[in-house]
Formats: sequence, C-alpha cells, structure tokens
Amino acid sequence: MDRRKIEENIFKSLMIASTLIILSSLMIILITVIVNGLPAMNLAMITQTPKGGYYLGKEGGILNAIVGSLYLAGGATFLAILISLPVVLYLNVYAKKGSRLVIFTRFSFDVLWGVPSIVYGAFGFSIMLFLGVRASLLGGIIAVSLLILPIMSRAMDEVIRMIPEELLDASYALGATRFETALKVVTRQAMPGILTAVLIAFGRGIGDAASVIFTAGFSDYIPYSLLRPVATLPLAIFFQLGTPFPEVQNRAYASAFILTVIILIISIVSRILARRFTKHIVK
Amino acid sequence: MRYKRLLKDKLASKFMLILTILSSLIVFLIAFGLYQRSRSILATKSLTELLFSTSWHPLKGEFGFFPFIMGTIWVTGVAVVIAIPLCLLTAIYLSEYAHRRIREWTKPLIDLLAGIPSVVYGVWGVLVIVPMIKNHIAPFFGRISTGYSVLAGGVVLAIMIFPIIIHVSVEIFSSVPYEVREASLALGATKWQTVKHVVIRKALPGVIAAIVLGLSRAFGETMAVLMVAGNVAKVPSSVLDPAYPLPALIANNYGEMLSVPLYDSALLLASLVLLMVVLFFNIISRVVLTTVERRVQ
Repeated sequence: MDRRKIEENIFKSLMIASTLIILSSLMIILITVIVNGLPAMNLAMITQTPKGGYYLGKEGGILNAIVGSLYLAGGATFLAILISLPVVLYLNVYAKKGSRLVIFTRFSFDVLWGVPSIVYGAFGFSIMLFLGVRASLLGGIIAVSLLILPIMSRAMDEVIRMIPEELLDASYALGATRFETALKVVTRQAMPGILTAVLIAFGRGIGDAASVIFTAGFSDYIPYSLLRPVATLPLAIFFQLGTPFPEVQNRAYASAFILTVIILIISIVSRILARRFTKHIVK
Repeated sequence: MRYKRLLKDKLASKFMLILTILSSLIVFLIAFGLYQRSRSILATKSLTELLFSTSWHPLKGEFGFFPFIMGTIWVTGVAVVIAIPLCLLTAIYLSEYAHRRIREWTKPLIDLLAGIPSVVYGVWGVLVIVPMIKNHIAPFFGRISTGYSVLAGGVVLAIMIFPIIIHVSVEIFSSVPYEVREASLALGATKWQTVKHVVIRKALPGVIAAIVLGLSRAFGETMAVLMVAGNVAKVPSSVLDPAYPLPALIANNYGEMLSVPLYDSALLLASLVLLMVVLFFNIISRVVLTTVERRVQ
C-alpha cells in the first residue's frame, strides 16, 4: 500500500519537474534574447539600411532586412490565402463529406506540413533554375508561400469545420447558391479564425530562414521590384553572427530581439482574435 | 439573373476543385522537381554509392553523403532521447493531473515555444548551450570541445520538438475514454497505476506516432542545427564531436554550388533524400493517428 503511494508521488514530482523544465526553457530563451539583444538596440538598427562596412562594425541598421522580411512574408501570405481559402471552402462547402478527395487532400496537407523548410527552399530553387529566375523577392515569395500553405490551410480547415451544418442549411433554404453561402456565410462566420490562421502563417513566414537562403538571396538595399534580391531578418541574424567582430555579433542579438518581438506581437494578436472567435461560436 | 448566379456557382466550383486537386499534388510535384534536378548526379554514380561513401570532395567530383547522414542521425537521436521522457511526463501531467487552469496557462506558452523562429533557437544555442558544453560539460568528462557539437545540436533540437510531441500526445491521452480510467480506479488502482497500466497502454500507438512526428521535425530542421552543430564533414564518434547534418550541408553551400559541376545536383539529391525520409515518417505517423482518431469516434 505504502509503496504505491511513494511511486505515485515520485512520478507526480517527476511530471511537475519536467513541465517546469520545458516551460523554463522557453523563459530562458526569451530572457537570453532580451538580455543580449536589448543593450545592443538603438534607433539606427530599425531606421537605417547598412552603410558601407556595416558588417565590419561601421554604421547602419537592418531596416533592409525588416522591410524585406515584411514584404516577403506579406507576399507569401497573400499568395497562400489565394490558394488555401478556395481549397478549404471547397473541402467544407462543396465536396461531399468523407469523400476520397477530401480525405486525400487533408492527408496531403498533413504530410506537407511535415516537409522541412530547407526542402521547400531547394524545390523553389529548382523551379527558379527551370524558369531562369535569379534569387529574388519573387523566388522567396514562391518558396515561403509553399511552406506556409499547409500551415494556413490546416488552421483554416479546423475553424471552418466547426461551423454548424444548420447555418449552411439556413442559407440554402433562403435560396443562396453554395458559392454565395461560402463567401457570405461561411467566410464571415469563420473570419476571426481565418485571420488567426493567416497571422500564424505570416509569423512562420517571417521567421523562416532555410527556405529563403537559396531563393531570396540577400541585399543591403530595400527591393524596389519583385525581381531584386531581398534581405530577410533571419538571414541577417545568421550573417551578422557569423562575422568575427563582437560589435556585429551584438547587432545579431539585437536583430534576434527584433524578430522575437515581431513574433510575440503576432502571437498575442492571434490569441486575442482566437478568443473572440470562441466567444461567438454557435453551439 | 438566376442563371448568372448558377453559372457563377458552377464556375467557382470547378475553379476550387482544380485548385484543391493541384494543391494536394504538391508533394508529388516537389519530389518530381527535386528528382529531375538530381538525375545528372545519379547518372554518374549509383544511389547506394552516394549514400554510403564517406568521401566528400566536391572539387574532385566525389559526393559521399555518409558523414552527413550519420551527423543527422546522431543529432536527431540525442534530441529524441532528451525529448521523449520530458515530453511524455509533461503530457501525462497536463492531461491527467493538472488543474484545468494550469492547462489553460501552459498551452499558449507551449504554442509560443513552437512559434519561435529557428534562428532565434540558434542564437540561444550559441549564447548558452555551446559555452556551457565548452566550459563545463566537456571538461567534466576530461575532454576538450569547442562546444559546437552533436550535444549542442541535440539539446537545441529537443527544445524545438517539445511543442509538437506534447501537443499530439496530450490530444491522444485526452482521447482515451474516461470510463476506462474509472474502471481501473474502481478496482482500487492509484492514479499513477491507472495511467501506467491503462492510459499509456491504450494511447501507445498514438504516442509513438507523436514521437515519430517530432523525430521527423528534428530530422529536417536546418538553421538552428547549422549554427550550433559545428559542421565538420566527419562521422561523429561521441556526442562531444562536431557533426554536419544533411540539412546544414544543403543550406551552407548555396553560394558555391553553381560554380562546381554536379554540386547543385548533389545538394538537390540530398534534399530529395531528406524529403523521402521525412515523408516516410510522416505518412506512417499520420496513418496511425487517423486510425486512432477514428477508433475513438
């Protein structure tokens, strides 16, 4: 009898300990980034592009990478919405429930979700070789949109699936076509959830480095055309950290801090939207 | 007017159907695209020769992937060994023991862990894990290490795969019907005994699938590993040796690959190999998870 109690207590404390280890690893990561990044922050970091000799420790900032990342993730998110919204609407409004196409598509998105981002980068690169496009904003957008497509679609699918069947029936009963139902009822009902999905995908797009390393190139300037190479925040961090100069490495920490703040903001906003969504759902 | 609406509906339907079919074929498209590009290297050497040769000298036209494959396996292995006990204990705690409020607090934090970009993990690894291994862990075992090692890569990767393993296993544990637990508790079993003999046994296939999903994540993770694993093209013989995992190899050589013949083809073949391994793991675990899900419903 006693031994059972002891075993129970040992395992319970082990569980609590491992939960604390996992949560504290998150804290340690955030604290490390803040402690190292914040002192290296200054206004020039976010308002200037790199000047000559920036990577040797001279003046400048990483505005090129911040703007580049926003352009790239923004473009990729836009492209991914254009594909995933129709697909998800088709799966939930048009297609017969439980049909082979529906199961297969969901499964293939599940599988795509697990494909490493470097593979998307390599694939994007081979498309670019095929089309004769050089490393550019366009190439990066294509690779990143492929990367975030399954993330966005799965997240949208999860919300749209939760919409009660009766709501669709009510719309059909009023004489609306399926297209009108999809656009005016389903999309509107799921809007906060869709926005959350979009934000999650946007966050992934901003933070990913492996898919843009081949496809987007790097540049000290803010791109003015889709066919120009573009700098991204993750790669800027990577390159600055790779230099042997402590001042430049400090800037890498500051850039990591900026990236983390952007990700945190996106995550908080999407959480607020998700909460609003659960409040309105018809049960 | 009515016809216009119906026509719109029909057109939209066709358009969406085409888009759905196309997007579900992306996996095949990626595999095909990479295969097309890697054919030129496969024409010179057989796949087994490339996979098991240890000689990596692109300038001499020798592309042996073996050190990189072993590097990936070592780093992934360390990550999984660290992650499995921690994640399972946490998942059991969250689904069986924790108060609802604790669960509601931890979930967003773990989601946040999943949202941190891999470069930031890399920076953290360089700042915290690498010096720790260099100054404390390696000397403790009487070894000299730069800190950039299999162990550093494994630790960083383990943290990166925490969220997915925990997320999927919590879902699996929660899907075990409550009556089964009640039956066990009614027989006088303690809570831990119930978990050990009933819940874990019921959830085992799903839990294994969760671990395999985490494993395949670790397998393909690039940036963080590239930054901390050391990148020496040699088969590691201990966790304190540097490793050069396959994804890091692909990412690290984008600059020079177009100037050396067959180099790009070799790297795209490496991506294809990576894709195939990850697809294999993913498909298996997804099939297991859908079967578990269906059984519960």
